[in-house]
Amino acid sequence: MRTNRAIRTPGGLSLRLDVRATVVVGLILLAALTASVVLIGTGDFPIPAGDVLKTLLGNGNAGQEFIINELRLPRVLVGLLVGASLGLGGALFQAISRNPLGSPDVLGLSQGATAGALTMIVLFSGSATQVTLGALVGGLVTGFAIYLLAWKQGVHGYRLVLVGIGVSAIVTAVNGYLLTRSTLTDAAQAVVWMTGSLSGRDWTQVWPLLWLCAVLVPLVLANARGLRMMEMGDDVSNALGVRVERVRLLLLVAAVLLTAAATAAAGPVSFVALTAPQLARRLTRSPGPNLVPSLCMGATLLVTADWVSQKVFGADQLPVGVVTGVLGGVYLLWLLVTERKAGRI
Amino acid sequence: MSAETVLTSGLTNPRSTVNRLSADTVTLAYDQRVIAEQLSVEIPDNSFTVIVGPNACGKSTLLRALSRMLKPSQGKVLLDGQVIQSMPAKKVARTLGLLPQSSIAPDGITVADLVGRGRYPHQGILRQWSTEDERVVQESMRQTGVAELAERYVDELSGGQRQRVWIAMALAQQTPLLLLDEPTTYLDIQHQIDVLDLCAELHEEQGRTLVAVLHDLNHAARYATHLIALKSGKIIAEGRPNDIVTAELVEEVFGLRCQVIDDPETGTPLVVPAARKARVRVEAATEAS
Repeated sequence: MRTNRAIRTPGGLSLRLDVRATVVVGLILLAALTASVVLIGTGDFPIPAGDVLKTLLGNGNAGQEFIINELRLPRVLVGLLVGASLGLGGALFQAISRNPLGSPDVLGLSQGATAGALTMIVLFSGSATQVTLGALVGGLVTGFAIYLLAWKQGVHGYRLVLVGIGVSAIVTAVNGYLLTRSTLTDAAQAVVWMTGSLSGRDWTQVWPLLWLCAVLVPLVLANARGLRMMEMGDDVSNALGVRVERVRLLLLVAAVLLTAAATAAAGPVSFVALTAPQLARRLTRSPGPNLVPSLCMGATLLVTADWVSQKVFGADQLPVGVVTGVLGGVYLLWLLVTERKAGRI
Repeated sequence: MSAETVLTSGLTNPRSTVNRLSADTVTLAYDQRVIAEQLSVEIPDNSFTVIVGPNACGKSTLLRALSRMLKPSQGKVLLDGQVIQSMPAKKVARTLGLLPQSSIAPDGITVADLVGRGRYPHQGILRQWSTEDERVVQESMRQTGVAELAERYVDELSGGQRQRVWIAMALAQQTPLLLLDEPTTYLDIQHQIDVLDLCAELHEEQGRTLVAVLHDLNHAARYATHLIALKSGKIIAEGRPNDIVTAELVEEVFGLRCQVIDDPETGTPLVVPAARKARVRVEAATEAS
């Protein structure tokens, strides 16, 4: 069923709106907001949702204000931003590689960021900031390497995925080597980082992520129409006047930056980038890269997973990456089975 | 002979003798593999030009160069007097459309949505779906006979219907020039004729300039107003099918002995390959001598 509606002004401007997708985005955002409020209220000092909202609007008491504004809000914001970045990054990678498996987990970007972080932890006993920077650099270098290796008169979907899997294997080996070289304390710190966790995240992690998203999200969305055309193959989109190679490079860089930054902030939280775009697409039932729904879905998934990990196992007992890993793994199996039934792989 | 044929074919642009689309001494190559060297081609305005030739003669490569999918390693492709690579991508896309051999229908897209994507070069961020877009999409679907399929998913259509949908998308682009790369491949005979009739209609009734690569020489001879016979990256002959298609030409280009008779339906040349026994006899005689 077509749910597209056009909104037109007398001046000749027109916008196209997919009603179902818009409703879905609204519902996902509502879910993200609900999960965030519940998550802020969850912890050693439970706070009722009403008080959370009151405090967020600036009318809370001093004690709650401290717990919420200084401890829990930044953590939730990091969760939302990391999830949004991973969701958007994953949607971009999947659209560019025209493959539902073309996510940063599979392509080795997360592993690359991990290698950067491990290098700082193991070889330089770096501070938290240095670890973050290391992860960022590791992700960017890996992304660049994958692009160079996959580039042969333009990047093609299958090449990107296969090269990514190869790079991922190499970097995983490097990570294993780094771990064997580390002391026990460093190794413990490294393993926690590698699982992906939101505990102890504060405002210093929020701001850089927020700025990055503020720049990249509009840039990506401005090129979304070109990306939508690229679904139909390079020839068709070229013929329609899309500068395919330029759009692809720009969006790949944006996707690498988004995932590297998200990984630097929270560790390689697995499977959000893989699942968010696919879940979003199944809910909107709309063709196209579904960038905005994926972004919102990523944020919701991560915050919900963080709440699950705290609620089920107690505060900070279980890194959020474990929950997303379990959920994502089940989802991946389901995806493989259904895709196989549909004859696509 | 090629230049004269083009200029005297009576189909040239009335405004000038320069055609809108041409390739000027281009060398076409993939990596180091050279497909054609020093090739010059003029596409007569308002013609239905068909490029024929044996497999790997460079006909699809030439079409890719004309549609700026392949950048010539030497020489240039000119569109309206400008080097095609130097023009803004969307501007080219409003002048020249292409139906490539390989295209992917996105999962779960409807016919109307796919055809609507042909409007991309006419749109912008603030002009996403005008009443004009709506009208052109309806019109394109009507012309290609897929209007009643508008709400159907492209995945569930037959090969012939799907090809019509892709043509409708290219039509929605509203370009005076339309290039088609083997538009009849994988279709059965009825749908092949169907697609070619549609092309002829677009050419005759709307005055669009069409360039198609076709495999079937008889289809080419019947529908083309201008035929280009290509072999190993060189033009062997070009002009009206009635003027150039002879048994000698077919033998030279395709290496096939044949008779050329008048098509009883249209009077265009009809290529009838020599019977196997006749060909074997001749080959034996040639070897013996």
